[in-house]
Amino acid sequence: MSQINELETQTLAAIEGAQDEAALEQVRVASLGKKGTITALLATLGKMSPEERKSAGAAINALKDKVNEALLARRTIVKGAALEARLKSESVDVTLPVREAPIETGRIHPISQVMDELTAIFADMGFSIAEGPDIESDDYNFTKLNFPLGHPAREMHDTFFFNPGADGERKLLRTHTSPVQVRTMLNAKPPIRVICPGRTYRCDSDQTHTPMFHQVEGLVIDKSAHMGHLKWILEEFCKAFFEVPSVKMRFRPSFFPFTEPSMEVDIQCRRSGGEIRFGEGEDWLEILGCGMVHPNVLRNCGVDPDEYQGFAWGMGIDRIAMLKYGMPDLRAFFEADMRWLSHYGFRPLDLPTLAGGLSS
Amino acid sequence: MKFSLSWLKDHLDTQASLAEIVESLTKIGLEVEHVDNPADRLKDFVIAHVIEAKQHPNADRLRVCMVDAGDGQPVQVVCGAPNARTGLKSVFSPVGTYIPAKNITLTKGVIRGVESNGMLCSAFELELSNDHEGIIEVASDAPIGTRFVDYMGLNDPVIEINLTPNRPDATGVYGIARDLAAAGLGTLKEKPITDHAGSFACPVSVTLDLAAEDKHLAPLFALRLVRGVKNGPSPDWLQKRLKSIGLRPINALVDITNYITFDRGRPLHVFDADKVKGQIVVRRGRAGESIVALDGKTYKIEPAQIVICDDNGIESIAGIMGGEHSGCDEDTQNVLIESALWDPMNIARSGRALGINSDARYRFERGIDPAFCLPGAQLATQMVLDLCGGEASHLHIAGQVPDTKRLIDFPFSEVARLTGLKISSGDMLATLKTLGFIIVSADDRHAEVSVPSWRPDVEGKADLVEEIMRIAGVDNVTSVPLPRLEASVPKPILTLLQKRTRLARRALAGRGLVEAVTWSFVSKEKASLFGGGQASLALANPIAADLSDMRPSLLPGLLAAAQRNADRALGNVAVFEVGQVFRGDGEKDQRMNAAGLRRAQAKPNGSGRHWSGAAGQVDVFDAKADAFALLGSLNVPIAGLQLVAGGPAWFHPGRSATLQFGPKNIIGHFGEIHPAIMEALDLSGTIVAFELVLDDIPPPKLKPTKVKSKLDLPELMPVERDFAFLVDRSVKTADLIKAALSADRTMISDALIFDVYEGTGVPEGKTSIGLAITLQPQERTLTDQEIEAVAGKIVAEVSRKTGAILRG
Repeated sequence: MSQINELETQTLAAIEGAQDEAALEQVRVASLGKKGTITALLATLGKMSPEERKSAGAAINALKDKVNEALLARRTIVKGAALEARLKSESVDVTLPVREAPIETGRIHPISQVMDELTAIFADMGFSIAEGPDIESDDYNFTKLNFPLGHPAREMHDTFFFNPGADGERKLLRTHTSPVQVRTMLNAKPPIRVICPGRTYRCDSDQTHTPMFHQVEGLVIDKSAHMGHLKWILEEFCKAFFEVPSVKMRFRPSFFPFTEPSMEVDIQCRRSGGEIRFGEGEDWLEILGCGMVHPNVLRNCGVDPDEYQGFAWGMGIDRIAMLKYGMPDLRAFFEADMRWLSHYGFRPLDLPTLAGGLSS
Repeated sequence: MKFSLSWLKDHLDTQASLAEIVESLTKIGLEVEHVDNPADRLKDFVIAHVIEAKQHPNADRLRVCMVDAGDGQPVQVVCGAPNARTGLKSVFSPVGTYIPAKNITLTKGVIRGVESNGMLCSAFELELSNDHEGIIEVASDAPIGTRFVDYMGLNDPVIEINLTPNRPDATGVYGIARDLAAAGLGTLKEKPITDHAGSFACPVSVTLDLAAEDKHLAPLFALRLVRGVKNGPSPDWLQKRLKSIGLRPINALVDITNYITFDRGRPLHVFDADKVKGQIVVRRGRAGESIVALDGKTYKIEPAQIVICDDNGIESIAGIMGGEHSGCDEDTQNVLIESALWDPMNIARSGRALGINSDARYRFERGIDPAFCLPGAQLATQMVLDLCGGEASHLHIAGQVPDTKRLIDFPFSEVARLTGLKISSGDMLATLKTLGFIIVSADDRHAEVSVPSWRPDVEGKADLVEEIMRIAGVDNVTSVPLPRLEASVPKPILTLLQKRTRLARRALAGRGLVEAVTWSFVSKEKASLFGGGQASLALANPIAADLSDMRPSLLPGLLAAAQRNADRALGNVAVFEVGQVFRGDGEKDQRMNAAGLRRAQAKPNGSGRHWSGAAGQVDVFDAKADAFALLGSLNVPIAGLQLVAGGPAWFHPGRSATLQFGPKNIIGHFGEIHPAIMEALDLSGTIVAFELVLDDIPPPKLKPTKVKSKLDLPELMPVERDFAFLVDRSVKTADLIKAALSADRTMISDALIFDVYEGTGVPEGKTSIGLAITLQPQERTLTDQEIEAVAGKIVAEVSRKTGAILRG
């Protein structure tokens, strides 16, 4: 019996002393292997008397179980320790910066973003997007829009002209997107609901003017559209675009050759320290012009002004972008300064939707 | 258009406050741009008495004054004005006063050791004149402590309106008063104008020397002599009126014309009759003629302009500005008063051509009231007789008052139809009447309305709606939801090109490119370098030499942008633009392009240096990858797309390619920018770019259903085999891949180039290409023999078509 006890003490001590799985395996082989100490002890049972065998057998098997148990327990420990050591050796400095993904660094220009916002709002109201060429005829840019030849109102548009062609016609760069309205009316039958965003040009350059800028105009023609509808559309648009629960607008009678009655629209705002907030404050800021389409324009575009009626409005895309997102200087829009574009531009997946909100 | 409140009240009997008047003006379409109330600005300046002025102990030019500003507590003020003296009455501003001209608020100060509490002021400091030689001196009986603005009668706010070009009637205070009266702010004061028949014939006659087709240019010219006048400074009230709106009083005769110009919107001219030689002729200008105008400048006259001449030559530019020679001065004893009508468009063109912005042009080009031409002459006569005395001749009239009478048939329903406003016909007619319209007849449905002569802008019923609406107040128009055309979920509205334009931007931004918007015009040189520059696309009046021609490509703008950023030490630029380019001036010649460029180390997966490895220089394959990523994002069917080596002249011929669906449908290019272009445009670094024409990319095939084609997933494992071929450098890998794929079209599912090598171990002029082929067994696992057989076919096919040799 003392032999078993001694073996137990020795073996358990050896298990306890094993520092890794290899050492532990050695201990296992030395005790439970073919030539192991416990295996050898078991082999002695055959030579024992049944009584001896009964008691010794139980003792040896108990020892075997104990050793197995100890081996298992020790294995868990040394394996854990080994894993820990490995993990320790494998650690890296995760604070090392990774490269920025292209999707993080790419940018959408604010003008494109605002055009997408306009599309989201007006598509929901049933408007299509109409487009036309930048190089226009005098007829579509002015005459059809009820600008009489030589009238001072033409002078208010500092027009870029091309040299007259072989046919004597002098083309120009459109000074507004209104010729797109002309094209729409000439090509489609009412009811018409379109917005016309696009590039426009005026021979003017200073702090607040660039020779190229962007406008969006809207046109509604049917048999009953009146100024009440116009007001509603513009109010709904301003709320949706500026993402405010309410806006206060002021409609002032004004003059445009192509609308009658004509109005300019101011929006209530608060200015403080270079920031503008809408839906509050005491200041008025002019943001758009609008009116009922002039009967002469309707006639010029083949629409009977006694049967059909409608309204139009127009505003600067760059300007409303500046108002909403706070860019201080229009000229920077066209300078392609990467610092400006990165700062004021939008991320590739900032896709404006009404469901998700125009801006995030 | 500027006027003062008291001037307005000459014509409008009103109890309304300044604020109410200002609000109403904007409401009825006469937008108030600015209100300047000197009483607000100068409220703290008071009349004060200099009790004592003595020499400053430490400064020769300064005086120490004890000033009594009326509160019984004299204060000490240090003053540098040479006229600061004991007993003087002047204008004092206490500590805390804002000084407009200096944009400061006064504080207590110590000047050269002497305390100073406030300031004695010059007219300059109050922005009343440029006089800052000395402090203001007021009469010795001026009441101490009184506000200076009250004492001087400066308490008269000046209103400036931003007048739209359609309202000539509001270029006079009288017309503005009429609008306000219609808006319910008071009553218009009607003042009859006396007709002076005159006691003798006008000695100077007028001939309208114009061809029959030019008669409209000068339809009417009235002239009258007033002899024996005494010219001199105009009376105080008149000077104040003119000064209040920033006009400089000159002499009574000239001031009368300026006054009537602003008071009634009726420009006039006065000639010194003794300087006019012979008779007056109105005619077109002649080439080579010129005139020294009243502003002292010489103007060259063209035949397009109408001039007023005598035997001396041109005395005045019709409707724009008089001549210096025959102008009236203090010595004028006999005056010719001119009241004429001119063609608005001709005046607009002439004024623009001459570069003269005069008060007369401002009115004539808008179209002044033709019916007021003769009354205007009578009003001027009355004022000349009143202020300068003398004796008037008969009024000599050449031409006649044009007939501008017109009737508008006005159905009352138009107001509701166009505005939604509900206004009774009685109220509509009342508004029109107060605006001067005459109701010729009316029943319960419509009225026959005669338009007053001063409203050339009113042509039809829509104009009458505007009149009624603006007086009723646009605020009263109620918002009404615009009903949907169809009661359904909104249908898609974007065209294919619109969708592709939007998607292209997001796709390119997703590749790390930054969107720029650059000018649609570039320099002629750049336009020519990029395939444009034709005469039809050159602006006749460019704003700058480098913005002269419509761009044929987006690249010149992007290249310039890249360089500007590089010059600011931002060298790794990845930028794109989706925008219009121009192939001609026809409406079908405009294209929507998408172009992008990468400069220096702006690689798709990060730019510049990094611990994980430097990005390296951009190369043509980065541009290719951008172009193909864009095509992929746009879901372009790529099977028919051909890639032809080489591109347009602005690309490196050996590092560029053309993308096309057949030789007649080129959709774009990519490549490295040609070194010669880099040099010509002064660009540094390496730049690769692509440009695609979105309009020219074929549309996807329309499918009858949204169901995607069936997905067939083979169950057997694919097998991969690698080959190493040695080919001539001239062999295109695309051909090699094509050849390999053609070896067995059912079994080979993919071919991949995994290595391209030239150098040690590869003979000169040859390239080693590593090709991995994937075989997809369909029914059963392939045997080694079968695999070897396909491999053999691949090698044979590739060798036959490209001359490649399998490397050992």
